[in-house]
Amino acid sequence: MAHKRRDMLVDPLVDNNPITLQVLGICSALAVTSSLQVAFVMSIAVTLVTAFSSMFISMIRNQIPGSIRIIVQMVIIASLVILVDQMLKAYAFEISKTLSVFVGLIITNCIVMGRAEAFAMKNPPLDSFIDGIGNGLGYGLILMMVGVIRELFGSGSLFGVTILETVNNGGWYVPNGLLLLPPSAFFIIGLIIWAFRSWKTDQVEEREYKIQSVEGH
Amino acid sequence: MGLRNFFDRIEPHFVKGGKWEQYFPIYEMVESFLYTPKTVTTAAPHARSYIDMKRIMTYVVLATIPCILMALYNTGYQTNLAIADFGASGWRAAIIEGLGIGFNAANPIANMLHGLLYFLPIYIVTLVAGGIFEVIFATVRKHEVNEGFLVSSMLYALIVPATTPLWQVALGIIFGVVIGKEVFGGTGKNFLNPALTGRAFLYFAYPAAMSGDSVWVPVDGFTGATALAVSASDGFQELAARGVTWWDSFLGFIPGSMGETSTLAALLGLAFLLATKIANYRMVVGCMAGMIGFSLLLNWIGSDSNPMFAMPWYWHLVVGGYAFGLVFMVTEPVSGAHTNMGRYIYGALIGFMVVMIRVINPAFPEGMMLAILFGNVFAPLIDYFVVQANIKRRAKRHV
Repeated sequence: MAHKRRDMLVDPLVDNNPITLQVLGICSALAVTSSLQVAFVMSIAVTLVTAFSSMFISMIRNQIPGSIRIIVQMVIIASLVILVDQMLKAYAFEISKTLSVFVGLIITNCIVMGRAEAFAMKNPPLDSFIDGIGNGLGYGLILMMVGVIRELFGSGSLFGVTILETVNNGGWYVPNGLLLLPPSAFFIIGLIIWAFRSWKTDQVEEREYKIQSVEGH
Repeated sequence: MGLRNFFDRIEPHFVKGGKWEQYFPIYEMVESFLYTPKTVTTAAPHARSYIDMKRIMTYVVLATIPCILMALYNTGYQTNLAIADFGASGWRAAIIEGLGIGFNAANPIANMLHGLLYFLPIYIVTLVAGGIFEVIFATVRKHEVNEGFLVSSMLYALIVPATTPLWQVALGIIFGVVIGKEVFGGTGKNFLNPALTGRAFLYFAYPAAMSGDSVWVPVDGFTGATALAVSASDGFQELAARGVTWWDSFLGFIPGSMGETSTLAALLGLAFLLATKIANYRMVVGCMAGMIGFSLLLNWIGSDSNPMFAMPWYWHLVVGGYAFGLVFMVTEPVSGAHTNMGRYIYGALIGFMVVMIRVINPAFPEGMMLAILFGNVFAPLIDYFVVQANIKRRAKRHV
């Protein structure tokens, strides 16, 4: 049993990552990764919301009528998101301003909803909680990877601490402006997925069709 | 033929079972670059044609020759003009002084040589950096290194400003080759133009080196806006006040990215491509019609605050990268539309978008690059609707 729980926690990091394998939660991954600090706070927020919403939903899973289960799930998730939003506004106002609407939009993050529907509705509370933490961490891992690349090469710093001195401040590094634009996260996530699937070849999807003449070589 | 014998002797090492089997693409690249490929089509359909992919790509490179010559001449000419006021510095100046040729803008040889010293490093870096990634992918993915890269690298070198730092040149072409082409499976499967993808990467990543007034002429302290930037800020009438006539613009004696200033040179290339039927005239017609139609409409609408509204179509034709893009990028057969009707629509969409971006979008003075990439993305959709319309039309005959 302990072994199974460890798998629940570790699996979503690489083998069943919500971003790179299931391709969920992409919008926020594009929007909040230009600075590492913001990405970090976002990862924590999503992890907490996923874990606790999964746990609460799992607690009342036998009482939820099937026909309105999505609404019940949404109410729980929404309450938690409001809680997180208020906490950020109270204790980390600057970051809350940078994250702006994306904290509120955690409610639409497919990962939270997906775990509630796919896992928490069928499993006991503790398992659901661990599963939520695992998926939140899987999401956070990719966010941090993208954030490191974007902040390091886009502004020459990590967590706001200058690593590569930029030309404007008298250094040598010419920052790459593309990485500060949200579309760059598309390329980076794509490249990360490419790297993951080259490493774990069982993640590669079946081809939908084959080009005969080319395959014949 | 000693060389042929040499290839025949080493070939067994590279084919399946040989000791250097995995390096076959490199062998194939060198061999097919020097000799006509001896592979024959073994499966149906057998279409007889005088042309093959290698010849298509070679023809496109040949068609860029007028633009290359103009790139050399104009880069040198603009530089020498500016040097008269601002003085020369750097290793290029040292070479030219060492040869005793001088910086006289009236001397064509001095201009050509000076331009060559700017173009050649950029082109060599493009070939080496892009080529390395091309070969890596060919080796790992086991496909052939295609002559298409010669075209992409030449076009890419022609559309960057002369002042671009060489490491940025390398980064751009690598992005173009990998993201624009190889991740989708290599030549023939790229839905974006690799050269433009690389250029767009540079444009968004390093805007300071790719736009503005000081990047077009490689002389410290000199600022010269492109004709298009002047038109965007002060209206095209202002060009005449600065001594730029329509003919200057048409012939290409204006500041700009190296190879794309001369409309005449691009049109010479177009004539060659149309005569050899490599470029499809439908795309050209569509793109001209879209540009002329929309700019006439905007002329008619008019605007008090935006001088670009009044820019006539024959100025749109000669400034910026319109002509070069029309000839070498719009007509690119892989990333464009594949149906005949679709080609008109595809061309018209690009022509429309160029004027739209140039005139109405305040953020980007030049729109050709973005318009073509936009068209590339829409090409499969256009084809889909053309094919569906044809199916519907024919189905109606048999109710």
